[in-house]
Amino acid sequence: MAEEKKLKLSNTVLPSESMKVVAESMGIAQIQEETCQLLTDEVSYRIKEIAQDALKFMHMGKRQKLTTSDIDYALKLKNVEPLYGFHAQEFIPFRFASGGGRELYFYEEKEVDLSDIINTPLPRVPLDVCLKAHWLSIEGCQPAIPENPPPAPKEQQKAEATEPLKSAKPGQEEDGPLKGKGQGAAPADGKGKEKKAPPLLEGAPLRLKPRSIHELSVEQQLYYKEITEACVGSCEAKRAEALQSIATDPGLYQMLPRFSTFISEGVRVNVVQNNLALLIYLMRMVKALMDNPTLYLEKYVHELIPAVMTCIVSRQLCLRPDVDNHWALRDFAARLVAQICKHFSTTTNNIQSRITKTFTKSWVDEKTPWTTRYGSIAGLAELGHDVIKTLILPRLQQEGERIRSVLDGPVLSNIDRIGADHVQSLLLKHCAPVLAKLHPPPDNQDAYRAEFGSLGPLLCSHVVKARAQAALQAQQVNRTTLTITQPRPTLTLSQAPQPGPRTPGLLKVPGSIALPVQTLVSARAAAPPQPSPPPTKFIVMSSSSSASSTQQVLSLSTSAPGSGSTTTSPVTTTVPSVQPIVKLVSTATTTPPSTAPTGPGSVQKYIVVSLPPAGEGKGGPPSHPSPVPPSSSSPSPLGGSALCGGKQETGDSPPPAPGTPKANGSQPPGSGSPQPVP
Amino acid sequence: MAALPEGPPTLLTPQGWRRRSPRWLSPPLPRRGRPRSPTAASEAGAPHDRQTLLAVLQFLRQSNLREAEEALRREARLLEEAVAGSGAPGEVDGAGTEAASALLSRVTASAPGSTAPDPPGTGASGATIVSGSTSVGNVAVEDQPDVSAVLSAYNQQGDPTMYEEYYSGLKHFIECSLDCHRAELSQLFYPLFVHMYLELVYNQHENEAKSFFEKFHGDQECYYQDDLRVLSSLTKKEHMKGNETMLDFRTSKFVLRISRDSYQLLKRHLQEKQNNQIWNIVQEHLYIDIFDGMPRSKQQIDAMVGSLAGEAKREANKSKVFFGLLKEPEIEVPLDDEDEEGENEEGKPKKKKPKKDSIGSKSKKQDPNLDKIMNMKETTKRVRLGPDCLPSICFYTFLNAYQGLTAVDVTDDSSLIAGGFADSTVRVWSVTPKKLRSVKQASDLNLIDKESDDVLERIMDEKTASELKILYGHSGPVYGASFSPDRNYLLSSSEDGTVRLWSLQTFTCLVGYKGHNYPVWDTQFSPYGYYFVSGGHDRVARLWATDHYQPLRIFAGHLADVNCTRFHPNSNYVATGSADRTVRLWDVLNGNCVRIFTGHKGPIHSLTFSPNGRFLATGATDGRVLLWDIGHGLMVGELKGHTDTVCSLRFSRDGEILASGSMDNTVRLWDAIKAFEDLETDDFTTATGHINLPENSQELLLGTYMTKSTPVVHLHFTRRNLVLAAGAYSPQ
Repeated sequence: MAEEKKLKLSNTVLPSESMKVVAESMGIAQIQEETCQLLTDEVSYRIKEIAQDALKFMHMGKRQKLTTSDIDYALKLKNVEPLYGFHAQEFIPFRFASGGGRELYFYEEKEVDLSDIINTPLPRVPLDVCLKAHWLSIEGCQPAIPENPPPAPKEQQKAEATEPLKSAKPGQEEDGPLKGKGQGAAPADGKGKEKKAPPLLEGAPLRLKPRSIHELSVEQQLYYKEITEACVGSCEAKRAEALQSIATDPGLYQMLPRFSTFISEGVRVNVVQNNLALLIYLMRMVKALMDNPTLYLEKYVHELIPAVMTCIVSRQLCLRPDVDNHWALRDFAARLVAQICKHFSTTTNNIQSRITKTFTKSWVDEKTPWTTRYGSIAGLAELGHDVIKTLILPRLQQEGERIRSVLDGPVLSNIDRIGADHVQSLLLKHCAPVLAKLHPPPDNQDAYRAEFGSLGPLLCSHVVKARAQAALQAQQVNRTTLTITQPRPTLTLSQAPQPGPRTPGLLKVPGSIALPVQTLVSARAAAPPQPSPPPTKFIVMSSSSSASSTQQVLSLSTSAPGSGSTTTSPVTTTVPSVQPIVKLVSTATTTPPSTAPTGPGSVQKYIVVSLPPAGEGKGGPPSHPSPVPPSSSSPSPLGGSALCGGKQETGDSPPPAPGTPKANGSQPPGSGSPQPVP
Repeated sequence: MAALPEGPPTLLTPQGWRRRSPRWLSPPLPRRGRPRSPTAASEAGAPHDRQTLLAVLQFLRQSNLREAEEALRREARLLEEAVAGSGAPGEVDGAGTEAASALLSRVTASAPGSTAPDPPGTGASGATIVSGSTSVGNVAVEDQPDVSAVLSAYNQQGDPTMYEEYYSGLKHFIECSLDCHRAELSQLFYPLFVHMYLELVYNQHENEAKSFFEKFHGDQECYYQDDLRVLSSLTKKEHMKGNETMLDFRTSKFVLRISRDSYQLLKRHLQEKQNNQIWNIVQEHLYIDIFDGMPRSKQQIDAMVGSLAGEAKREANKSKVFFGLLKEPEIEVPLDDEDEEGENEEGKPKKKKPKKDSIGSKSKKQDPNLDKIMNMKETTKRVRLGPDCLPSICFYTFLNAYQGLTAVDVTDDSSLIAGGFADSTVRVWSVTPKKLRSVKQASDLNLIDKESDDVLERIMDEKTASELKILYGHSGPVYGASFSPDRNYLLSSSEDGTVRLWSLQTFTCLVGYKGHNYPVWDTQFSPYGYYFVSGGHDRVARLWATDHYQPLRIFAGHLADVNCTRFHPNSNYVATGSADRTVRLWDVLNGNCVRIFTGHKGPIHSLTFSPNGRFLATGATDGRVLLWDIGHGLMVGELKGHTDTVCSLRFSRDGEILASGSMDNTVRLWDAIKAFEDLETDDFTTATGHINLPENSQELLLGTYMTKSTPVVHLHFTRRNLVLAAGAYSPQ
């Protein structure tokens, strides 16, 4: 009770400044302080009253979240006219802006182009309510089917792994016999013994983890057999099904030790036998296990990492190294290791640093064969840009020399040649995007040669290509991948050109700007998948830390591929200091009907608005400057400065015609030609 | 009664803020409500009225207002007879006089002339009524039972700066008292705190009120948090008008149960300290139910308190409740069914479609019998449940409901499921292969051979067969749904303030019952059809018959929304669960409240009767399920385990298992037999109402079944004891 008695309630009231702001917005300029005070008290009280009524509707609606409609009904109870226009189901789209030491939440009312709405194809009708029946429990046991939650939730698996002496379910320590009736009843098997053991040891100074016999039920054994056979068998359809099952089924944790042993032993045997196909299958199993959200893999990482690492750096993985594409396996495994690092690396186990060390060691070694060299580099490169920057770039010159000596020198062995060739293209592939970010735009062949030696010229051309690609990519549809990275107060939306099966929907949201970004994303996620993307508008707001008093407004509009005309208008505007937020909508040229599935007038609009630094803004209501027409189509380099308000945009218009120069980006303040907005 | 003029109802409604027709405020002022609905009686009203009358008569005599006294007496005589019919027992007992004296002192305090409070102890016992009433100055205030009158009880002039001292003085005293008294006296903290705070606010000592709140609100029990939150926002006198929670505090007395010893201790202390302020509050705003014997322990008290207005008075639960079941009519023989037809006839509203009437009587007879025979057959296949034989649970998940599922009901034979949605629709699914068909158009019906044996089959339009029918008609979220026992009708209640009756033959709306002006949270058909009950935000539950557009009974007494309503299996009682954290049981025949159960610490959201009619299970937002013995009016069990609102409760067909479904996405099964096995129903417990609850929730819990982020909105046991659960999948 003592703890409960600490409940603290505070009577929060609205700041009286809010009253002033509201009064100002209604045209009442001078309002006295006492009046404000009285108003705040009254308004705060009324708002609380309404909120308390709205809660009632939430409870009766059997929801955990308060919605705007609840507030409407609460207002109706009070016989007050509800607020119209707030009908978001999931979130309330308030935006946050700060500046000048003031913080402001506002409801954003976008300017809507009616023709956009008219031309937009109707979104698909949301799915209708339907009933689905399943067995929650059969005579007291909960079947492990996808409709039910996993029998042992991840937390419980974790608790068992990390604190084996504690009973998994709180409240059941005292009464052992109760266990088995509850949740654990289904396939509790050996754990019962484990849980009953602690009371026996009660009072003993040394607590040992009791040994437990781990047995699988007949069904589980059958399942295990089927799955493993399918995974390494010859039928691809079966394999896909098996992998799907591993990646999604909730009740697999019982079999996890078996799977992990299967994989590690399988790799051990097949590396010796150079059976590339089987190795690939095993890696796919690892991938599927990693993808299963219900599994607590930490316990088995120590078995999986060596197996995966073997597939990356092994000297020989296939019988005919000159013909077989073992490089793909190395790439795939390298991505797996990167994924493992990301998921499981902590400051305690230091997985990432240990892996990095292993790779570096084998790469630095002079005698390392090209295959291992390739694997090490791939492994490092997948760990991210920072690793590339610190570990790979400094060695580029050295590595370049080695490659040159093999490629240009006398032909010693065909295998070496192929290896060197692959290493070179790998280095180019991974280093170019990093260099494109690190190096300022003018790409000079000589400078690159001086810095990176023999690889320089090639790198240079790749960097140029990468810049063009990045710009192009920014305009492409890539619905699945959206990466948002942020150097602190600046919000950047960057589109990483990621190929293939890598973590779809990867989204990093820095905490400080969580609100707007999430809104942006959830707005997209909420929409049902559509065959043809409608024109969308994103508005990203951020406050820039730059000392510049200018505002950067970037508008970019892409037209449908048919027309082939792309316009980019990086505009830096100087704005009167009273209007800190500039919302800029660029009306794009309506394109003629194209063959693209989007239909006519598929228009992209991106508006990046950045606030001036502190002291500048007054937090007033956003103003609406006149639309800036698309001005130039000159490709501008990707903004490399962290000062930029917006860097790169994701989009979803169909890919433009190949070869058309595409550009996107904003210029660092001062470097471009500012166009003052009238 | 005539002396208390029927003030315009608007007096109770705050100006401006609430412009709708006034809410039906019952418990505070039962005398105003009574003439409007003579059948709805309030158990507290009868004795209370009489005391008021007595006091007024006494005052009139003393003031030499002979004529007025005579007139009032005449009126009262009439009233007396009327009241005597409904039977208000024990009005002259200690509690009654207590109430009278308290009332007198309120009059005293509110009278402008008498600023000096009564000397401590004058109004304490029945013997001092006369002396107490001598100081009465003006009764006009009492005649205007509106907000300002109620508020003016706070008009006394205390030194605002002394309040903290008074309170901490009392706190010190209570904390230093003997252990056995401390727990009992601690009950005083909360009501005193509330009333002292309200006094400060009313007298516009805003800063003192704030610091008083700051200083002491942390001492209050955690289950009062919600009310404290309301209080904390209330800082101005103007706010007090129209705040319903505040009105509840003001108009109803907070009931405390204290042993005589503890009470004497308190009284002595207050007299010694000359602590008039606190004494006045105790006199005016608290109802202290004194009992003889051992003081209660902390656990015993904690189990019972928590409701908005304190515990139930002991005498509130004394009346006899006939919880036995009706004898089921003999239905074995399918041919001999005359009596049944009569019964069934009654179960159908008169708004029946004419074509149905014209149907040959033999086919009509077949229908109900078939159902009963089916029922019998299924019953023989029923699984005997027990701790070793748990039921299987079939979960019906509503997909793509977009958080909009608000109510679910399943027919008794488990063939239909109805869902009420936030988008104002009611959807009916058939979960058997038999599709839902509506009756043919009138023109087509004319062509049917009415003599044929399968006429019931022929009237159905095959073209309309579908698994799902959507009923449109409401204009707000549908919070309650209930099938009639014969599966011909469906009731739904909605935010729009109406209850609608739908025909499941034509899938159209037949009647909209308007009565609740505010959202109707729940509705349910009686076990035999025809009657139904509804409860809503207007704090009353109403009993209706399907063929009357006006309610037959209004059950008034709750101090906050009536969240859920259930019929007793024998149809003679209705249980209501409310946001004031009490459960009340009402007699359908005379409208009296026969039981008040307190003990929940949060608004009650689910209710269910055991099949034998003896017990009641209730679930609230605090995640606890409480079990009540209706006959003795006692709490008999507490089931802890859920971590969120318990939305649904249901006993198995034979009452062995209690299933509870909650917002925490679990279904839990409890051993009901064991829970009711060793009841403490000896005379002492029954007489005093002191209960000792065993802490055996863990032993009673038979199983916990997690769903995949699906709150369990409804539970149902099929005739074979299979559990059907329903809820809407709500991805995080």
